[in-house]
Amino acid sequence: MTSSAKYHLHLSSEIDAKFAVNLPELWEYRELVFFLAWREISSRYRQAALGAAWAIIQPLATMVVFSIIFGRLAKIPSDGVPYPLFSYAALLPWQYFQTSTQTAANSLVTNTTLITKVYFPRLVIPLAAIMPGLLDLTISFLIFVFLMLHFKVQPSPRYVWLPLFTGLGLCAALGVGLWSSALCVKYRDIKHVIPFVMQLLLFASPVTYSSHLIPSNWRLIYALNPMVEVIDGFRWSCLGIGNPFGLESLVSILTTALLLVSGTYIFRRMERSFADII
Amino acid sequence: MLHPIIQVSNLSKRYSLGNRSANYTRFSEMIIDSVLSPLRHLSRLSTTTKEPDFWALHQLTFDINEGEVVAIIGRNGAGKSTLLKILSRITYPSHGSIELWGRVGSILEVGVGFHGELSGRENIYLNGAVLGMKRREITRKFDEIVQFAGVEQFLDTPIKRYSSGMYVRLAFAVAAFLEPEILIVDEVLAVGDMEFQKRCLGKMGDVAKEGRTVLFVSHNMAAARQLCQRAIVLSHGQLVADTSVDEAITLYLSSCKSKEESIRQWGAPPQSAKIWPRSLQVLNESEESRTNFSADQSMTLELALEILETTTSQITITIVNSQHVCIFSTEPTAQPEIYERNSKYRMRVKLPGSLLAPDLYRIALRIHNGLRNIYFREDYALSFVIEDTIGSVSKLLGLTQGIISIDLPWEIYRDDSLSLNSPNFIQDSYCEADDTN
Repeated sequence: MTSSAKYHLHLSSEIDAKFAVNLPELWEYRELVFFLAWREISSRYRQAALGAAWAIIQPLATMVVFSIIFGRLAKIPSDGVPYPLFSYAALLPWQYFQTSTQTAANSLVTNTTLITKVYFPRLVIPLAAIMPGLLDLTISFLIFVFLMLHFKVQPSPRYVWLPLFTGLGLCAALGVGLWSSALCVKYRDIKHVIPFVMQLLLFASPVTYSSHLIPSNWRLIYALNPMVEVIDGFRWSCLGIGNPFGLESLVSILTTALLLVSGTYIFRRMERSFADII
Repeated sequence: MLHPIIQVSNLSKRYSLGNRSANYTRFSEMIIDSVLSPLRHLSRLSTTTKEPDFWALHQLTFDINEGEVVAIIGRNGAGKSTLLKILSRITYPSHGSIELWGRVGSILEVGVGFHGELSGRENIYLNGAVLGMKRREITRKFDEIVQFAGVEQFLDTPIKRYSSGMYVRLAFAVAAFLEPEILIVDEVLAVGDMEFQKRCLGKMGDVAKEGRTVLFVSHNMAAARQLCQRAIVLSHGQLVADTSVDEAITLYLSSCKSKEESIRQWGAPPQSAKIWPRSLQVLNESEESRTNFSADQSMTLELALEILETTTSQITITIVNSQHVCIFSTEPTAQPEIYERNSKYRMRVKLPGSLLAPDLYRIALRIHNGLRNIYFREDYALSFVIEDTIGSVSKLLGLTQGIISIDLPWEIYRDDSLSLNSPNFIQDSYCEADDTN
């Protein structure tokens, strides 16, 4: 019992004014993040006839619909690449962002028993919620490579930038997820707000069209949507179109950072009452 | 080397009753207000404003030393679970503070984080991680856990196909192999069959013997007595006593004086029981349910039963005093009786006055088949007090009165012609000599 002499914890009613994240402790619980994410992944497609194929069907079907409506009928310009590739490259991060924010928003409420019965850093839950999407993203990306071969488009070495833009998308999803999951504990309205907001945000993001279509004097405001940079980054890395490095990028990155920091603050601030009010 | 490992000082926990979101009932109100005054709003999110309050815990102060095994006893709503939740860092105190000098592992519910679609093997890892175990640690203990739970054959079966018994055994097994310096356990022994409960108790005893500190909440007084030396009694959020486990149990039982405690009701049929005891109460001479009786009063025990399945059963009621001496047992019929399915019974037995000595008694209820199979067992079904209303001389002199106080018919004659050589006299003096030994 030598370790007990060193370990000390003080619990009191006083609120830690800094709301700093206890990173060493969070690191201690990294395996729990992994296990919770893995529980989600391995249970999601159990007893489903098509199983993991659902991870492919969703972006593929959306891409087909977008190609018909926006590519064929509306004839939206796709910067010289086949429209299916153009929209699919944007759907990769978009679908990740959409599903992850929704899972994250509901994550605390769906894990009520964990929160009321066991201690662990609560940040683990929204963190675990945005992880399973990464696997779907990887699978969708493999399909994307096949699509590239099908449309005879050369793969580019810019693929190495993808993890960076994926990371940015992850931060954006986490930022929104922290805000929404914490608020959802108190206000279940969030559950209905998020899908609605996502629907609007889809059209405020360059998924079905190119960000070039936005008038240049509106670009900076447009870039307040963090997904603008992520999607432009994906298109640039995968297809070599557009330019994800400009003043707009800085705005997107700053918004993401602000979301993440304020989300963590709000989350830490409300965390103490989760078990009482959930 | 008695170091306090837990120091609780002035601990209080307040819950606000009713609507917890202090000023906002609708999200739209909150949005409007937060747009108008974002800073004011942010400061409100975590602070509770004035509302009707409920003190789940009120100014608790106690220390627990390293290696102690302490029971926390109290009625439902006394604040036991809140205390454990605060010690487990699930919820935070409203006032006061706690110093913990060791890592805490708590089992407030078994099977937290279990997922029905996943296999037994997967759930062991998942549950272990939820309880704060490392993957390596779980791998090391894996075989022991599986063996303890007895689910070797079903490791790769999704646990939604498990029987409820298997589920509970697996869940407890994972928790049982947790190795924190402070172990906090809430009511988990109330699950599983008798045999498994015994095994759990044994495991908890082992943990205690290893020198770890254990805090244990249970309604099972026998388990508390077996495991713990010390007990803390809570009542309405306040610390009533912090003493030896025997004294605490006596105190706890005697505190059951309020009206709702004079009748014991079982809300749900006990697991796998054929007979469901609905209620047990003790009535006084005016047919009123009471917990306190005067020694010369007669009492009536009344037991209501519902028969769920046709069964041949015997019902045994045992009266036990505060020294755990069994005074007597009584059964409604000489032999086990056949009870028909869907019938209901009311059974009464009258205990004459002037039988039990003034003391605190408990009633143990058992339903069994007359042989070895016990269908239902409740050692602390109900308690009652026989008050010393007569004030007998022997008590004033500090002598024990014995375990019964029967009003025996004495005969007294004045006989001045009594001869010293009478055989009666010799016998009496012999008895007296025996007493003084």
